[in-house]
Amino acid sequence: MAPRSPAPGLRRKHLRRRLRTLGFLSPWLVGFTVFFGYPLVATVYFSFMHYNQIRAPSFVGLRNWKYVLGQMPLFGPALWNTLWLVVVMVTLRVVFGLGVGLLVTRLTSGVGLFRTAFYLPCLAPPVAATVAFVFLLNPGTGPVDEALSALGVTAPRWFNDPDWAKPSLVLLSLWGVGDLMVVFMAALLDVPREQYEAAELDGAGALAKFRYVTWPSITPVVMFAVVTGVVQTMQYYTQALVAGKLASGVNTGPGSTVQPGYPDHSTLTVPQLIYSLGFQNFNTGAACVLSLVLFVIAMAVTSLLMRRRAGLLTAED
Amino acid sequence: MTTRRRSGRTTRGRVLHWIAVHTTAVAAALFFLLPFVFVFLTSVMSDEQAMSGELWPRGWHWSNYEAVLDAPGFLDWWRNSLIYAGLGTLFAVCSSLPVAYALAKFRFRGRRPAVLLVVATMMLPPQVVVVPMYLVWAQQLHLSGSLWPLIVPLAFGDAYSIFLLRQFLLTIPREYLESAKVDGCGELRTLTRIVVPMAKPGIAAVALFQFFFCWNDYFGPQIYAAQNPGAWTLSYGLESFKSAHGVNWNLTMAATALVMAPVVLVFFFAQKAFVEGVTLTGVKG
Repeated sequence: MAPRSPAPGLRRKHLRRRLRTLGFLSPWLVGFTVFFGYPLVATVYFSFMHYNQIRAPSFVGLRNWKYVLGQMPLFGPALWNTLWLVVVMVTLRVVFGLGVGLLVTRLTSGVGLFRTAFYLPCLAPPVAATVAFVFLLNPGTGPVDEALSALGVTAPRWFNDPDWAKPSLVLLSLWGVGDLMVVFMAALLDVPREQYEAAELDGAGALAKFRYVTWPSITPVVMFAVVTGVVQTMQYYTQALVAGKLASGVNTGPGSTVQPGYPDHSTLTVPQLIYSLGFQNFNTGAACVLSLVLFVIAMAVTSLLMRRRAGLLTAED
Repeated sequence: MTTRRRSGRTTRGRVLHWIAVHTTAVAAALFFLLPFVFVFLTSVMSDEQAMSGELWPRGWHWSNYEAVLDAPGFLDWWRNSLIYAGLGTLFAVCSSLPVAYALAKFRFRGRRPAVLLVVATMMLPPQVVVVPMYLVWAQQLHLSGSLWPLIVPLAFGDAYSIFLLRQFLLTIPREYLESAKVDGCGELRTLTRIVVPMAKPGIAAVALFQFFFCWNDYFGPQIYAAQNPGAWTLSYGLESFKSAHGVNWNLTMAATALVMAPVVLVFFFAQKAFVEGVTLTGVKG
C-alpha cells in the first residue's frame, strides 16, 4: 500500500497511522494472546505431560495421545454422540427453522404476536429450559406423558431411555429455533417480489416457486445456518449435562462422581468428556489431547466458514 | 410487510389459505408457548399435586415463590449473575467497540487475516483452551472460586461482540466519518461523537446478546465458581437447586420461572434490538 520510498514527513504520518491502528486493536491483541494464544500453546505442552494438578508435570511423550485415541473407553461414545447431534440436530433445526420462517412470512394477521411466541424460547436460559423439559417429559407424571396417554399413546421414557435421550435433546433444541427463524425470515423477505410474479405468470405452483425462486436466493443463508449450527453443536454441553444429571435422579452436588452421559453414556459429548477428564479425574494430559482433537475438528469446520460463499465475510475483506 | 398479492386466486381459495396458515401458526405457537405455561402452572401447585401429574393447579400456592427466594443462596446467585452479566457486558462492549471500528473502517495491511482470526476464535468451543486457563487462575493467581476469571477476559475484547459490531459499523457510510475528519476530529473523537450515536441500535443489540450470554453461561461458572457456593450464578445454582431440595418439582419450577423471568421481561422491552441483532449475525453477504 505504501509507496516505496516515502518522504520523511510521509513516513512519520504512516508510522502515526500504524500506531493508531495498533492502539485501537490493542484490547483484542492482548486478549487474543493471553486468553487464546497462550492456553493453546499450553494445551499442546500438557498433552505430552502426565499431570494431576498436584505434583509437577512429567514428560510422557505420546502416552496421553495413545490412551485417548486408542484405549479410553469413553472416547468412542463421546465422539459418536457429538457427531450424531451435529448431523441430526443441525439438519432438523435448519428444516424446522426454515418452516417456521416461511410460516411467519405467510401470516397476514397477528404477525408480531406469533413472531414473539416463536422467538421467546430461544432466549430461555439453557439450564432453565433443560430443567423444564426434563420435568415436562418426566416418564409417568410429566405433562407430555399425561397428554399422550389421554390420546392413547404410550410415551417413550425420553431422557431416561438411551435410545430416546438424544432425540429428546433435539426436541429441546427445536423449541429454541427462534434465532434461525429470524435469520430465515429476513432472508425470505429479501427475495425480489417480481420474481414470484414472473414465476406465477409462467404458471408455477407453490412448490415450483419455492424450488426455482425462493431456494436459490436463500441458499447463502441456509449455508450460514448449517455451518454456524455445526460449530454450536460441537460445543454442545450445558443441556446434555443438565438433562443427564437431572434425569439420573441422583444427588448431584459439586464434586459428585456421577459418570456423565446418563443413561448409558448416550448424552456424553466431547466437551463433557473434556470437563470430566480435566476437572473430575484430574487427568490434565488426556483432557488436553481431547481439547486438541476438538480444536482440529472445529478449525476444519471454521475454514469452511471462511469461504466467501458462507456469507460471513463481506466482499470488502 | 407480509402481505403478498395472490393474483389469480378466488375469494374462497384465499379464505381457505388464510385459515390453513393461521391454524398452523396457532399449532406452532402452542408448541413454543406451552412449556412456559406448564412451568408456571406447576410452580404454583402444592407439593403433593406437583408429584401427581395433574395439569391444572388445585389452589394457587404463591408461597412456593417465597420459599425459593428464601432458599439459602438464591438471592446471592441473583446478585452474582447481575455482577457477572452487568460488568461483563460493560467491559466487553467498551473493549470490543474500538477493535470493531478499526476492523470495519481502517485500511491497513493484515486486516483480512485479523478479521479471519476474530471469526475463528468466535467459532472455537470454549472447552478447547479451558484447562490451561483454569490452571493459571487457580494456581498462579489464586482467583478461582470468584467471578473474576469470568469477567476480566471480557475487558480484552470479545470475538463475538467484535464481529457483530463490525457487521453493524460496515453499514455506516464512509462519508460521515470523512466529513468528521475534515472538521478536525481525530479517530477517537470520531468514534465517540459520530460512530457511537449512529451505531446505538447495533451497540444495544450487542450489549443485550452479551448480557444474556453471561446470564445464561453455565460452563464458565461451573469451571471457576463451583468450589465456592458464594460465587455461584443463577444458571449454575439452579441446577443444584433440585439436589438440595429433593424432587419438589413445584419449587424447582418456581425457581426455573424466576430464572426465566428477567430474560422474558427484557425481551418484551427490547424486541427490536434482538431481532436486529440476530439478523445482523450473518444474513447480508
